[in-house]
Amino acid sequence: MNRLYLPIIKRAFSTHAPKKKVCVVGAGPAGFYAAQHLTKCTTPLEIDIYERLPVPFGLVRFGVAPDHPEVKNVINTFSKTAENPNVRFVGNVSLGSDVSLDQLEEAYNCVLLAYGAEENRKLDIPGENLPNVIPARRIVGWYNGIFADATLPIDLSCTNVAIIGQGNVAIDVARMLLSPVDLLKFTDITQHALDALSESKVKEVHLIGRRGPLQAAFTIKELREMLKLKNCSTVWCDRDFDGISELVPNLARPRKRITELMLKSLTDDIKHEKVFRPVFFKSPIEIAGGSRVERIKLGINELCGDQLPILTNRNETLNCDLVVTSIGYKSIQVDPSVPFDLKRGKAISNGGKIRNGLYATGWLATGPTGVILTTMNNAFGTAEMICRDLESGDHSVKEGFEAVSKHLNKENKRYVTWNGWKKIDAFEQEQGRKVGKPREKVLSLEKMLEIAL
Amino acid sequence: MALRCFMRNLSILPKRMLRPNNVNCRIFSTTSPLTNKKQIEVTFLKADGERLKVKANVGDTLLDVVVNNNVDLEGFGACEGTLTCSTCHLIFTQKDYDQLPDKPTDEELDMLDLAYELSDTSRLGCQIILSESMEGLEVKVPASIHDVRAE
Repeated sequence: MNRLYLPIIKRAFSTHAPKKKVCVVGAGPAGFYAAQHLTKCTTPLEIDIYERLPVPFGLVRFGVAPDHPEVKNVINTFSKTAENPNVRFVGNVSLGSDVSLDQLEEAYNCVLLAYGAEENRKLDIPGENLPNVIPARRIVGWYNGIFADATLPIDLSCTNVAIIGQGNVAIDVARMLLSPVDLLKFTDITQHALDALSESKVKEVHLIGRRGPLQAAFTIKELREMLKLKNCSTVWCDRDFDGISELVPNLARPRKRITELMLKSLTDDIKHEKVFRPVFFKSPIEIAGGSRVERIKLGINELCGDQLPILTNRNETLNCDLVVTSIGYKSIQVDPSVPFDLKRGKAISNGGKIRNGLYATGWLATGPTGVILTTMNNAFGTAEMICRDLESGDHSVKEGFEAVSKHLNKENKRYVTWNGWKKIDAFEQEQGRKVGKPREKVLSLEKMLEIAL
Repeated sequence: MALRCFMRNLSILPKRMLRPNNVNCRIFSTTSPLTNKKQIEVTFLKADGERLKVKANVGDTLLDVVVNNNVDLEGFGACEGTLTCSTCHLIFTQKDYDQLPDKPTDEELDMLDLAYELSDTSRLGCQIILSESMEGLEVKVPASIHDVRAE
């Protein structure tokens, strides 16, 4: 090779050439998929993923139901990204309290917010604070190992449950409450949840939606799973389906197939001990009870046009001793300088771009809807925009993690590296092996830090 | 490890059971076949117009082909062939679609219903097992990037 070209070639391939610094806030699916795409930018980048918890994967760890282990296979891809030499995981560091947005924007060429939507939407009706009225998010946290939800006061000595909302989270909770415990024993469900579910007296779960079967929010896979659930019958309210079959031929394929599946199962018998009852056209008006919830008043809706539910003056009462609210999530505004849509609970951005050098992706940007594919495509799109902007933008290289770690050390804030997570991971898997589970999750921050640091 | 990959190439196990070894095989697989298995040529047409032509083992799924050949399809096969996502969505020509030996199951259609660019000739790559008669197969890969504005 001609020696003249060597220095040029060396520089082009050198790993020591200064790289632009990008940080991603949030180590969930959006953050990891964005980081994955960022590793392929033509501009070489150093990518740091900050996570509030010591452990990565966000809703894949804390949201996906324990009886859906296949969905968690994405962890393999995320781990490969984390082990890329240009990617760094920084756990146990919280934006807002440990490091400010100002500091991140100062330290990095680009900041990508991907911290999701963690706050539960409220019904804002009387009785919402009665004992045994519980946000679905907390039940999910309870069976998936969110520290604060380990001591959730949930009373399962009841037979009748009303879940408000019909999304996949609502269905997950219904399935967890109705599943034979034997199906959960060998999952990574928390032990306290497994013990409580073993003692559960729940017989009937209502899944209450304000609109009709044609607007049902659950996906067909989750519905089919309920229809096939062992020892549980799905029972619909026939009246909810008046006039529906006539409309089926004109529906687009996804809506058509799910509606046909509902119609087909209308005639199924109640032959099992447990019953799953999806109910349409009802909105909760009031929750009532004494030492715990006893009943819920449901207003009957009519659909205005195709979509909007309008309350009529008719209502009915449903007796229930556990009410689960599952009407969606919203994001929090982590910094006042991030324009925020308070009503929808998401950051305001132009296709993911908030301002020069600051972006948002995933549920924080889109609102909390869609499956992992939706989040993936959105994260790839935002990351691609960042790649283009970094190519054309100014070519200064910032300090990145060096600046942030100086600050963290000064504040005596200890952070968890990827190797630290791997220690927690190994510990959890080992604990799980002893009881025949894929993992037994560590349920306290202190314990996690003790293992990782 | 080589043995595991070898076992996979034998394809004596159901598709889904083979999947867990996939990650290891991805790292250690070589481009040359480990057995004297028949190979055919398969082309992936990307949304940006790029054509990726690869050699594929008969008996492998189209997801295996992407993984074993490191075909650059971002996000492809997120759930690793367990029918819980639709990231290995591929679009066939009507002729090829009609000739596929197995019709999609309800479970496959359920996942396809969540895919972008769903068409009447859509299938999930993890469910398509290659046979000799598929020599020269061309499949379209839908775009994997959609930004917020498009939704």
